[in-house]
Parts: sequence; C-alpha cells; structure tokens
Amino acid sequence: MLRAKIAGHALVLVATVVLGGFLSATLVRLAPGFDADEQQLDPHLNTESVQALRAARQLDHNVWRFYFSYMNRAAHGDLGTSLALGQPVRTLLRDRAPLTLRLLSVGLALAWMAALSLALTAAWLRRSTYDVLTTMVSGTFLCIPAAVLALLSVLWNVTGSLAIALIVFPHVYRYARNLLAKSYTLPHIITARARGLGEGRVLFWHVVPGVAPQLLAVAGVSVSMAVGAAIPVEALCGLAGVGQLAWQAALARDLPLLVNITILVTLVTLLANCGADVIGHMVRGQDS
Amino acid sequence: MNLWQKLACAVLAVVLCASVAANWLAPAGYAKQYREATNAPPSRTHWLGTDEIGRDRFARILYGTRVSLLLAPAAALLSTVMAAFIGGFAGYLGGIWARMAMAVTDLFLSLPWLFLLITARALMPLNVSPLFSVMVTFLLLGLLGWTTAARVLCATAGSLRSTDFVCQARAAGLSKRRLFWIHVMPNLKPVLYAQFWISIPVFILSEANLGILGLGVAEPLPSWGSLLKELEGMVSVGEEPWKFVPLILLVVVVMSFQLLLSGQEQVAA
Repeated sequence: MLRAKIAGHALVLVATVVLGGFLSATLVRLAPGFDADEQQLDPHLNTESVQALRAARQLDHNVWRFYFSYMNRAAHGDLGTSLALGQPVRTLLRDRAPLTLRLLSVGLALAWMAALSLALTAAWLRRSTYDVLTTMVSGTFLCIPAAVLALLSVLWNVTGSLAIALIVFPHVYRYARNLLAKSYTLPHIITARARGLGEGRVLFWHVVPGVAPQLLAVAGVSVSMAVGAAIPVEALCGLAGVGQLAWQAALARDLPLLVNITILVTLVTLLANCGADVIGHMVRGQDS
Repeated sequence: MNLWQKLACAVLAVVLCASVAANWLAPAGYAKQYREATNAPPSRTHWLGTDEIGRDRFARILYGTRVSLLLAPAAALLSTVMAAFIGGFAGYLGGIWARMAMAVTDLFLSLPWLFLLITARALMPLNVSPLFSVMVTFLLLGLLGWTTAARVLCATAGSLRSTDFVCQARAAGLSKRRLFWIHVMPNLKPVLYAQFWISIPVFILSEANLGILGLGVAEPLPSWGSLLKELEGMVSVGEEPWKFVPLILLVVVVMSFQLLLSGQEQVAA
C-alpha cells in the first residue's frame, strides 16, 4: 500500500516535470525576441558565419525538434540563459537558493511553533476568552496581504523569516485549532475526560496522536504557502533569493528564468506534499 | 445571521455605497494633481492628504475601493463558472474525465498562488493602458482561481451521480445533458454560491499583493494594491499615519467578508 502510494506520487512528479518542460518550452518559444540573436549583429562576423547562425536557429523552427532539444538540455542541467540578467539560469538559482531555503526553514519553524503552541494552549485551557483572542489575532493577520506584512517587517526592522512566519502562522493556526477542537467532540475523548483523565494526558495521549496525520498534511501545504510568501518578502525586503529573482524576472518579462523558477517551485511543493502524505500514511499505519 | 454578521453586512454596504458614490463625494477625480500641495498632510480640502504628485488620497481611496470591490466579484463569478463547468462536468461524468480534471487541478494547486499569478501576469505586456491592466489583472484572477472550487464541485457532482433521484432519472431514459442541467446543476447551487463568496476576499488580497509588487493595476487608476504601494517608502509608522487608511479599510472589508462567510465555509467544504 505504501509502495503504491510512493509510486503514485513519483508518477505525478514525473508527469509534472514532463508537462512543465513542455509548458516551459512553449512559453520560451512564444516569448518576444525568440528568433532574435544578438550575435548576428556582430560586425566582426562575415556573411558565412551569419548564415551559419541563421541556419542553426532555423532548426528551432521545427516545434518537436525544439521541444526535444529543450528537454534534452534541461535533463542535462542546462536550464537556458536569463534574458534580462544574461546569466545561466542554473547559476542564478544555485547562488540564490541557499538564502531562500534558510528564510523558508526559519519562517516555517517559527510559524509552526507559534501556531501549535497557541492552538495547544487553546485546546488545553478550553476558555472562550483565550480562544476568541487568539482567533482574532490570527484572523487579523489573515486579512492583511502578504506584501503588506513584508512592508511592515521592513518598517519595523524585523527579519524576513519573521515576515514569512507571520504570513504562514494564521493559516496553520486556524487548521490546527479547528482540528483540535473537533477532536474534543469525539466519543473516545469524551469518555476519557468523563473517566477523570487529566487534561494534559487527554491532549497529548489521545487528541494530538489522532490529529497528527492531518497536521502533517497541513505541513505539506504550509511549505507551498511559505514559498508563495517568499516573493513579496524577498522583493520588498531586498533579500537576494529565488523569490526576488522571480519578481525581477516577472517585471522584466524574462520568461526562460520565470518558467524555470516556477517549475522548480512546483517540484519543491509537490515533494513537500508527497513527503507529508507518505509520512502521514506511515503514522496512520502505526496507529492501526 | 448573528450580530457580528449584521455588522459586517452594514460595513460592506457603507463601503460599497461610498465607492459607488465616488463621483459625487470626490468630484475632482482620482487623477487630478494639486501641484501646490504635494505630500500634504490631512486638511479641510484634502481629508487624507495628498500623495507625492499631489493627488487627493481620499478620492483615490474611494475610486480604488470601487475598482477592487466591483471587479473582485466579477473575477469570482468567472472562476465559479469555470469551476462549475470543469469540476461539475468532470464529477458528473466520473471515470477518466474526473481523474483527468483532478490531475490538472492538483497540478494547479501545487503551484503557489502568487507564483502562478506573476508568471501569468508576466506573459501579458506590462506597459498597457490602466483600463486594460485592470481587465488583465482581474481576468487572470478569475481564470486561475477556479481550481479549489473545481475540486469541491467535482466531489459534490460525483456524489450526486450515484444518488437515488439521479439513478431513477437515468433509468427513465433522460439524456445526459438534460440530467446534468435539470437534476445535477440545481443541487450544486449552494456549493457554487459559497465558493463565489469565498473567492471575493481571496481575489481582493491577491490584487493587493500584485499591486504592491508593481504587477497589478497601472497608474493613474487606483486600486487597493496601488494605494498600499505608498507604504513602501515609509520610515516609521508615526510619520504619516494617514497613509495606513487604505490598509485599515482593506482589513476591515476582508474581515467583514470573513465574518459574513463563516457559515458558508462549511457548505463550501
């Protein structure tokens, strides 16, 4: 069963790469200036050289040949060259990915710590005032655009990871709180409490293990949220990460760069979701 | 409807009426420049001051609210209709159609929303007229925002397919098309209604994000996104607090929608 699940996820990943590659190639081919080559304007080149360059570009006019060569290059790690920055996409991604990874991991850790501690305290205390207060705080953050939270983090001089945490926190808190609150209405929890089991024991022995698989699923989704939040945070906080690169590529209409970043991001989020699903499946397997 | 929901309804009604009446409340318009009063603080003539090129901030907020509040529902309607066709049809037909539709939906859902939006927005020309930029922004929101709703609708239509009344209608010889429009579609209405309302605050926030990043509505036309861009150059909160009015208005409006929709979310799920 687990193997089938992993195989299913692997199939989805492969399909995403193939489809994403085709999409990427299509967009690059349709992009303005696809047929243009600055080299042809070089006055040092003679007519034969220019003709040779034109002949080489003619090969790309065959759609299928172009797709094949594009996918072949991508499979060998050549993701093309950024139109706006004039550098290989691979180099740009390699240079900027560490900062984004650090930002995302710290931001996600902070968001989860805050959300879980508040949700668990709310579940433990079971006091409406505390619940209303925490729900209002998280609800307010939900109503503020991610880009504004990034701007406020610049204004208050706080780190980019804290801004990501503030963007992800209300979503995680809302799910975690609802899951925990729903668990308290389950018959075995009501029975355990009626038999006089301590609140802490009920929460950590009976409620939390029950909601763990769903929380793991939310963990997968929260990676996607954090990656999305990286664009405004990095762009507006002046952090040179992949998010800022995507924003710059969008403003410059640098399609080869933008599409490759999007595919990479899709793969990361798919991997996170698949990982969360597989771990959740294993946890459920252990429980049963 | 509880007290909070009534209050939210009243707030939304007031904001909507004020934005619709922008032509009367701020007859000078959103683009008129008062060059003798650039970056002016609030005064009797300019209730919320002026921006860096001397445009009245109050007028811009009213017109910007109109753009965001009228076009977000239009985008929500488009995405709901698309979700109804894609998700509803796929769910009703079932089998390979449902699996294919869900595979595409999952692929869309795996992409972070903002990444998808800026990639799609970058495909369009950025140097366009303000009116075209408004259309492009909200059209994109509508065209890309159907996935979550489609997932829910596919599941709902799939469950309706095996209900007694649909089976009986099928056994009576009703054509597939008639069955879908007369028996399945009316039962999808509550979910469609809920999805429509839930999409509105999401689209308002998305437009604000795009606007702040410079990929939304083009100048001089105001929207909440372009108005919030003013916060970018601020040094401290106390410096010019009136610049936060668009943010407060946006938060109040989105919160009102959330309060109003607290019951709808369960229907949508």
